[in-house]
Amino acid sequence: MTEFFQQIVSGLASGGVYASLALALVLIHRSTQVINFAQGEMATFATYIAWTLIDRGMSYWPAFVLTLLVAFVGGVAVERVVIRPVERAPVLTVVMVTIGLLVLVNGAMAWLWSPEVKSFPSPFPSRAIDVGGVAISLQDLGILGMTLVTLTLLYLFFRFTKVGLALRAAAVNPESSRLAGVRVSWMLALGWGLAAMLGAVSGMMIAPTSFLEPNMMQVIIIYAFAAAVLGGINSPVGAVVGGLLLGVALNLIGAYAEFLGPELRLPVALAILLAVLLVRPAGLFERAVVKRV
Amino acid sequence: MARAARSTGGVAPPSSTPLRRALSAGAVACLVLLVLALPVLLETRTYELARAAEYAIAILGLVVLVGFTGQISLGHGAFMAIGGYTSGVLMFHTGVAGALTIPLAGVVAGLIGFFFGFPALRLSGVYLALATFALAVAVPSILKRFEGLTGGSGGLVLDVLAPPGRLHVRPERWLYYLTVSIALVLFALTWLLLRGRAGRALRAIRDGEVAAVSFGVNVALYKALAFGLSAAYAGVAGSLLVIDSGFVNPDTFPIELSIRILVGAVVAGLTTLGAIPLGALFIEFLPIYSQQVSQQAPAVIYGAALILIMVLLPSGAAGLIRRLLSPVIGRL
Repeated sequence: MTEFFQQIVSGLASGGVYASLALALVLIHRSTQVINFAQGEMATFATYIAWTLIDRGMSYWPAFVLTLLVAFVGGVAVERVVIRPVERAPVLTVVMVTIGLLVLVNGAMAWLWSPEVKSFPSPFPSRAIDVGGVAISLQDLGILGMTLVTLTLLYLFFRFTKVGLALRAAAVNPESSRLAGVRVSWMLALGWGLAAMLGAVSGMMIAPTSFLEPNMMQVIIIYAFAAAVLGGINSPVGAVVGGLLLGVALNLIGAYAEFLGPELRLPVALAILLAVLLVRPAGLFERAVVKRV
Repeated sequence: MARAARSTGGVAPPSSTPLRRALSAGAVACLVLLVLALPVLLETRTYELARAAEYAIAILGLVVLVGFTGQISLGHGAFMAIGGYTSGVLMFHTGVAGALTIPLAGVVAGLIGFFFGFPALRLSGVYLALATFALAVAVPSILKRFEGLTGGSGGLVLDVLAPPGRLHVRPERWLYYLTVSIALVLFALTWLLLRGRAGRALRAIRDGEVAAVSFGVNVALYKALAFGLSAAYAGVAGSLLVIDSGFVNPDTFPIELSIRILVGAVVAGLTTLGAIPLGALFIEFLPIYSQQVSQQAPAVIYGAALILIMVLLPSGAAGLIRRLLSPVIGRL
């Protein structure tokens, strides 16, 4: 039974990472109806920046904050340069552009930092603490705490600041917000910046355990897709719950369903993704949109 | 239905006058002759040209799906894997000659694609892109799981490519003519299919699904059929890829392959069959030349090409050629 709880806690920790990345996807999809296939690569790129800063002698937390700033600026820049020209183009075009971005960033990372695997420091101690007989690693607890702090900050930002309100307005009703003086186009860029920051957090949280290499996020992004779809692709709360649920489920499957084995974690996520899309396309937390033709 | 399709446009450019018809027939004949003579003209590049022909088959499948029905697939590598493994498993476990397994590879991939097409019906636009992307990423781990059949992550080592019986040609030349004749047959078939009733129905679906339904097009069936056909082409291409490499393992079909095919289709322009060979040559030869700069240069160029073409020239090479030639053709 204690092992079961340990599995749940470490599942929640990896689920937190999926949740951050899924939330980044949701932020962008809510305002632009686009799924950013390059979200994972952008996160990895930010993690490389953090790695470089730390490698040059900066200590962890300053490097962490600086990376978030760089990621934000980078996200805004990507939106302005690459996405803006296809803002009104069909979905297919925008999807292709984000795929192009994925390939480009992936190649650029391998070019700049070599494809070799690098180790990435963790700010949390590797000890475990004992909670009522269950050994919980501080690493897992730290990642989970980090995720919760980020999400809370994001919630406060959207709920209590004027920019947050403008962001939400631009996502819900661009025309009316424009009339009310919101600069909708810049709000989209801001959304990309925030998403890039969230991605950077998830990248720096997963890198100590998964090790840093250009394809680090290739699998994680599929989990994030599944999490976002599970919770409803437009629902921030759904993305978080979906991420945590998926993290726990995959961990339990890995530990107890031996006939599936560890290789099948990814296909299981794929199956969940497909099943949700087919049975309940709006996800668990969203009402279906009825389209008028 | 016919009326709906015609009014939606996108049909081949007007080729009504006898002169134009004769000219385009002549151009096609010249191209076919050139393709057949290529391994003599560019002897040292025969193998790469055969590879390009394989890509052309896969791109053809993707163009039918994306360009003519508006369904996105980011995971055509998955269907190539199904075709490739069908051939690989047959060759390894029964010792059949590789070339004989190609039709079956196409049929198996096509059937699976057809049945994948029905759930795909319910997914539109970006969701279908998501599902197919996830499929392509997941395929290698599924293949590794069924070790008995697929050889797990080590894969299967197969016979090296050899021409059948006492045919005295060099293996790469045999590969080239095999691949090119399959490609030519498939191109001709697709062209016939798309200019007829089925092509009209598919275009009608792409341009306005509701209108297509009201004119009596069975949208579900046609979409699934297009998915099946497209997957079958991918299966044939995957099978050829395995036959020419002499081995198959899960890393033969990474997500990068799916993206490569997509780049080829986008470079060619998604709605014109004629420019597909250009897309195929691009994705085959770009890595060979740009790797001299850096191992990572191809990926960077692919990515930049995808973005630039989608932003600046969504109709790809086909659109560029048409724009350049239109002053000439317009006078005929």
